[in-house]
This record gives sequence, C-alpha cells and structure tokens, in this order.
Amino acid sequence: MSGHFEPLAGGGAAIALDEIEISILRNLTVQLLELIGPDDGPADAEEDPLARLFAEGPSEPPADPALARLFPDAYGTPGAEQDEQARAYAAEFRRYTENDLRARKRDDGLAVVRSLDGLSPADGPGGGAAVLRLSPEGSRQWLGTLNDLRLTIAARLEIADEDEGDALFRLPDDDPRKPMVMAYLWLGGLQETLIETLGPR
Amino acid sequence: MSVAPVEIERPETGESPFAVTEPDVPWVTLVHNDPVNLMSYVTYVFQAYFGYSKDKARKLMLDVHHKGRATVSSGSREEMERDVQAMHGYGLWATLSQDR
Repeated sequence: MSGHFEPLAGGGAAIALDEIEISILRNLTVQLLELIGPDDGPADAEEDPLARLFAEGPSEPPADPALARLFPDAYGTPGAEQDEQARAYAAEFRRYTENDLRARKRDDGLAVVRSLDGLSPADGPGGGAAVLRLSPEGSRQWLGTLNDLRLTIAARLEIADEDEGDALFRLPDDDPRKPMVMAYLWLGGLQETLIETLGPR
Repeated sequence: MSVAPVEIERPETGESPFAVTEPDVPWVTLVHNDPVNLMSYVTYVFQAYFGYSKDKARKLMLDVHHKGRATVSSGSREEMERDVQAMHGYGLWATLSQDR
C-alpha cells in the first residue's frame, strides 16, 4: 500500500487505489459513519420541519472514547476535573453545537464513500487499480475524514501518548492489533501526502 | 503531536476560574496537544481557519507540541466558542477559557 496523493493542475488531488485499498477505506469510513450515527432529529420532525432546526443536542459527553475524542468538551482543562461552572458551560455548548458537528462529519464521510463507489478498479489502467480524482472541496472532505478515522482508530488502540504509539508500531506480526496499526499508519501517510497537495503555504 | 497534555499551569486561587465572568477580560481559544494529529495537519488548520502565515501557524503548532497547549485566538466568549467549534470540526482538541 504505497499509493500517495499528488496535486492536480488547477486544484484538487489524485491518487491511484487498488481494490483492496478501496475496500479498506470504504469499510473503515462506513464504520466511522455508523459510529457518528444517523441524523436523528426529533421524532416529530416530519410533522414540523422547524422542530429539527431548533432541535437541541445532547448535554453529556459521549461515553464511547472515540466519540468523546471527536466531540470533546469545550470548557475545562483536558485531564483535569471540571468545576461546576465549566461543566455547565460545556453542557450548554454541546447542546447547541454537537448535532451540527456530527452532521458535518457525516457529510464528509458520505462524500468519501460516494467517491470510492464511483471508482471502477477492474476497468482502470495498471490492472485492478483506479485513479481517484478529488476537487478542492473533495480534498477538504477527505482530509477531515482521514483525520476522524485516525482519531477513532487511535482511541480504539488506546494511543494516549507518543511512547505508547511507538510501542504499538513495533508489535509482532501475530498481535491481533497489528492490522489496525497498519491501517493507522497507512491512513497517516495518505493524510500527510494529501496535505502536501494543498499547495505552498 | 507527541506529548501528553500538561498539568494546569494556572496558580490555584481557591476559587473557580469561571465563577466570575468579567466582561472586560478577553476569552482565549486553547488548542491542546494529542498524539494523533499530524504536525503538518495542525499547521494547515491554523493557516486555513485563522488565515495565519505559515511561520505563525508553525510556531503555534510547535507550542502545542512542546508546551502541551497554545493560545491560538482571543476575543469575546461568543467568538471563541465559534473558534472552538471550528477546531472540533477539524478534529483538534480545543477549549476556551477566560484569560486572566
């Protein structure tokens, strides 16, 4: 899995992906979408479209560590006990922002799945590979989703600091976490080369 | 980014830092270090969202990396909530607090 993004003339990026890579990316992104969850507006949303607009989100942080990392508290110092005021502020912020944040992450992930579904690796040049071409907006959506995937996998692998990360990268081949670690490293490479295509900054 | 978040540096005053919200004291957006986000990505976000120069974005990224966190913007509470929400959208670990 050595593919990397290259810049396209006029903006956007392209990468050659084989069938296995497409399958891995699609599976991981679908899992991410399942984790983020459906757009669950209020039950009576169909009767009153305005209700959805004013629907309040949750006030408590998600219990799942990966979701808690994707949707962190906006008040309080990470790793320290929140005081009452910070907890109240964080709850209020979450009620008014988390639904929107989930919707944007969901939209980006869906765009990634759709772009992968648009590929036909069997017909592509080089035997079983297809070239994915992204617009600048597509690049932005891919960048966000690649980052969300890495945050989610890191939470599952319990990567809490760099030392643990380094230890994970030296796992023996028969360790059950090995495939997920390989995917994590591969996604990091994809993200790094996608950032490089965003031009001289 | 590689170093775990640092301990609170604010001196203990015995009272909640949020107990009094003085309107004339600005709020700040803090971005905290984490072991996952790529250094190039964090730099990109600071440039893309705040419009910072590459040098300024990179310096802030290195502050996050080495000091555990950095102040990336300041202003009214409403403005900082907007910045924090945007940082969460990018997957960065951000909080806001009153700068005192």
